Order: sequence, then structure tokens, then C-alpha cells
Amino acid sequence: MGTNGNIIRKKDLGFWQSIYVPEILKGLRLTITQMFKPKFTYEFPEVRFKPPEVFRGRPVLVEENGVERCVACGLCSRVCPALAIEVQAGETELAKERYPIKFEINMVRCIFCGFCEEVCPEEAIIMSNEYLLAFNNQVEAVFGKEKLLKSAAEMRPRLEWLKVNR
Amino acid sequence: MDTTFVLLSIAKIAVVWGGVLTGAAILVLAERRISAWIQNRLGPNRVGPFGLLQSAADVVKLLFKEDIVPTAANRFVHDFAPMISITVALTTFAVIPFGDTIEAFGQNVKLIVADVNIGMLYILALTGIGVYGITLAGWSSNNKYSLLGGLRSSAQLISYELSMGLSIIGVIMISGTLRLDEVVMHQTAPLAHSMQKLPSWLQWLIPVAGWLPSWNVFFQPIGFITFVVASFAETNRLPFDLPEAEPELVGGYHTEYTGMKFGLFFLSEYANMITSSALITTLFLGGWHLPFAESWGLSPFALSLVKIGTFFVKVTILVVFYIIVRWTLPRFRYDQLMRLGWKVMLPLSIANILATGLLLLWWS
Ligand code: SF4
Ligand code: SF4
Repeated sequence: MGTNGNIIRKKDLGFWQSIYVPEILKGLRLTITQMFKPKFTYEFPEVRFKPPEVFRGRPVLVEENGVERCVACGLCSRVCPALAIEVQAGETELAKERYPIKFEINMVRCIFCGFCEEVCPEEAIIMSNEYLLAFNNQVEAVFGKEKLLKSAAEMRPRLEWLKVNR
Repeated sequence: MDTTFVLLSIAKIAVVWGGVLTGAAILVLAERRISAWIQNRLGPNRVGPFGLLQSAADVVKLLFKEDIVPTAANRFVHDFAPMISITVALTTFAVIPFGDTIEAFGQNVKLIVADVNIGMLYILALTGIGVYGITLAGWSSNNKYSLLGGLRSSAQLISYELSMGLSIIGVIMISGTLRLDEVVMHQTAPLAHSMQKLPSWLQWLIPVAGWLPSWNVFFQPIGFITFVVASFAETNRLPFDLPEAEPELVGGYHTEYTGMKFGLFFLSEYANMITSSALITTLFLGGWHLPFAESWGLSPFALSLVKIGTFFVKVTILVVFYIIVRWTLPRFRYDQLMRLGWKVMLPLSIANILATGLLLLWWS
């Protein structure tokens, strides 16, 4: 109804189309020329994909001057659709007053949605460009603070990108 | 029946089986690599040089897989069906000459496993049996998708067997024999011989096209096209792979097959591809005949090898053609398949027989 009234559907094939053979030859020409085009495949273990900033790899915690930015507000853990984040807050003498005693992301659950990054008030959890995540067991897949912390200098490209695009 | 005959036959069978089975294994890889190239990918290239050992790895994998038979399946028929398929696939090649005679052990050996005088009938009969493998597999699995696949395959085979047989008749009329090696011999003369009989207003064609070999494809272009299309349907290759149409029927007739039993179906599909390419070569493209090869002054033995090589090259080209067509054309709908079979191919091949008959009558 309505919008597609002016779409013309050609149902009747012409003579040359209805005897198939010329059209088949046309199709064959296309596929054969495609065969000799350059390939897109990366030969994986040797050549690796270098993701651009927009890529959502595993989430990491940003570390500045030896301390994580996180104030243990728990918003990320709350918003996570996959219930992958566990935060336990503690008090500190620093200006930020609170810090996470325990911060764990279960990488088997994480779906790389980026909601945690979006909701974080401190820009403390952001998506990195790491995508090589294979585990031998479930325990190995739970990343604690030691694996999650990354220095702000290292995460500079993504942080810059976030400034512009958010 | 003397011992040399038996020994030679065994040797020939070993060569043909070895060739067809290795060919099928390489084809599986070729199919995956060519499809990858068409889609701008690389395809499997890790196992062995250029991925050549991929098929070997696959076979080992298939052998070690668990053989699952559905509880409600008819166990005997379920086991029997892949055997039918592979038997047919491996025996069809017996009547196809893969070279001229060759000098070996002090005698002239015909390079054909079974030198029978009803070669073509034998092939038609065997492809008819081949459909049992698929239909029984579909029926015995006790699965609606398998059954649909099996039924489609029998319907498809009946429709296309007809035009296949009829398009062969044109060739039989020209060469006057059912023996496949004689069909090839008949195609070795230059085209100029048969063009002598052309009416005077067509005589100018002799210098233009007379140098061509008198392969049946030049006499039977319509028959050639219908035969090629029918053999695509016979081997269940796209655009006619309705028995195993993945998006509609899961895996079609082999949905319920696992391990090497599935492997046998897979293998027979590729062996059938080789056999039908060989058949197309033999019937329409001059078999092992290479034009002008006689004039190179080679020794008889070398000449025989060249002829085998020619046959091999022709079959390879056709098989690659099969693969590229698969990755070019979409699958037919069932009603389109039937319409093409009964309303286009059948009348076309009957008209072809009529035209051939009239022309032969007029020429003689
Ligand atoms: S990472 Fe951000 S959102 Fe999550 S607890 Fe820390 S400060 Fe709050
Ligand atoms: S990316 Fe999504 S799923 Fe993963 S930890 Fe963050 S919010 Fe949870």
C-alpha cells in the first residue's frame, strides 16, 4: 500500500533472458573476474588486524598516576546486560574517597556492548582494542584488577576518540 | 580368459579408482578454494603445501566421528544407502575410455576398464541406480527433511534422465554405436571430411572451419547443452541441488548421516562430477583426441601418454566449470526445475533428434 506504488517490477523476461544461456555466461564472467581480484583475508596468526579506535575490544580500567580512576559507584555493574561485572567498594584517603577493593569482569559473559563505558561517570572503564580472548577454563576467564588495569597513556587513542565522539 | 587379461584389468581398475578417488579428494579442496577465490577469500591453505592435505585431514576426522543412527531409522537401509551411492559412483567410470591404446607388456592395451558394446546403456542404467542411494537414504532416516530431499531427488532424476538419454541419442545416430571408444574414434577425423557433403553455397565454410576436429559438439550443439544441463541435475550440483538444498531442507537426504557414511555421500557426489565430466568429454568433446597430435612425430608410447593427458586436461576444465557454475547461479525453485525439465529440455532434445535424423537422411 502507498509507498511502493511506483516500484516497477519486471516480471516478464525478454527472449535472451528466458533462454538462460547468455545470462549464465554473464554471471560466469562476473565470478571468474572476481577470482583474480585481491583477497581480503588476513593470514591470521602471522598478520593481525589492527583495530581502529572505534573498535570495541575487551573492557579495561584506566589507571592514572598509579591509581585507577574508578570510584566504585557500581553503575557499570548495574548497567551490564550480561551481569559480567562485579565491584566491591572500599574507602581511601585520596580525593576520590572511594575505590574498588575488587573489580572483576567475567569475560565469558561479556558481550562487548560498551554500555559500561557509556555509563561510567569517570571515564574509568573503556573498551580497548584487544580481541584475542581465548580461555582454557572458566576461572581463567574472570579478569581481576591486575589484568584490567591499563595506563591512560596506553589508552590515549580511545580516550581521545571518546572525547570527540561522545 | 588368460592371466595377462586379468592382471591388466586389475591394473586398469587400480588406475581408474586411484584416479577417481584422488581426484575427488582434490576436488573437495578445489571446490573450497575456488569458492573462496570467487568470494575474495583465500580458502583452506594451512594443511600441507597450498592446503593440499586438507582432504586427508577431513577424511581422518570423518573416520573418527561417531556414527549416529536415529532410533526410528531403518538401520539396514540406512547403512545400505551410502554403499549404493559410492558403488555407482565408482563403477560408472568403467566404460569410459581414458586414452587410446597403449603399448605395455608387449601388447596393445585398450585404456578402458570394461570394453563392452553397450557402454552408453550401462551408464544410463547406473545413474538410474544411483538415485536409489539418495532416495533410500532419505526414506530410511525417518526424518521429514531427509524424505523430502529423497523424493525431490527421484523426481528430479526422472525428469532429467529423460532429456539426458534423448540428447545422447543424437550422438548415437551420428556415430552409429553404443561403444564409447568407437564414439571417440568417430570424432578424430578433421571436420573437413564431413563437410565435403555440404551444398555448394556452403562450401566456403570448409577453409574457415575445416581444420577443426569433428567433435560431436559441433554437430550437436543443442544436444551438448541439454546434456550438460542434465548432467548437472544428475549429479545434484547447483543450480539443481534441490535434494540437499541447505536453506530449505537442513541437509536434505544426508541430514541424518554422520561420520564416514556422510563422507561416502560426499565422496560419491564428487566422483560423480568427475565421471560426468569424463562422459561429456567422451561424447561431445572428442575424448582423448587432441587435434594435430599425430603430426608431431612422437613415438607411439609418448603419443598415448599425450592422449591420456589431453583427456585429463579436458575433464579438469569441465570439473572446474562445474565448480564455478555452482558459485555463480542461484538454486532453482522446485516448479521452475520441473518446468525447465519437462517444458524446455524434453521438447528441445526431441527436436534435436528430429533435426539430426532429417540431416542424416539428407546427407546420405
Ligand atoms: S568503572 Fe566507572 S561506572 Fe564502574 S564502578 Fe568504577 S566509576 Fe563506577
Ligand atoms: S561491555 Fe557490556 S557486557 Fe561487557 S562488561 Fe561492559 S557492560 Fe558488561
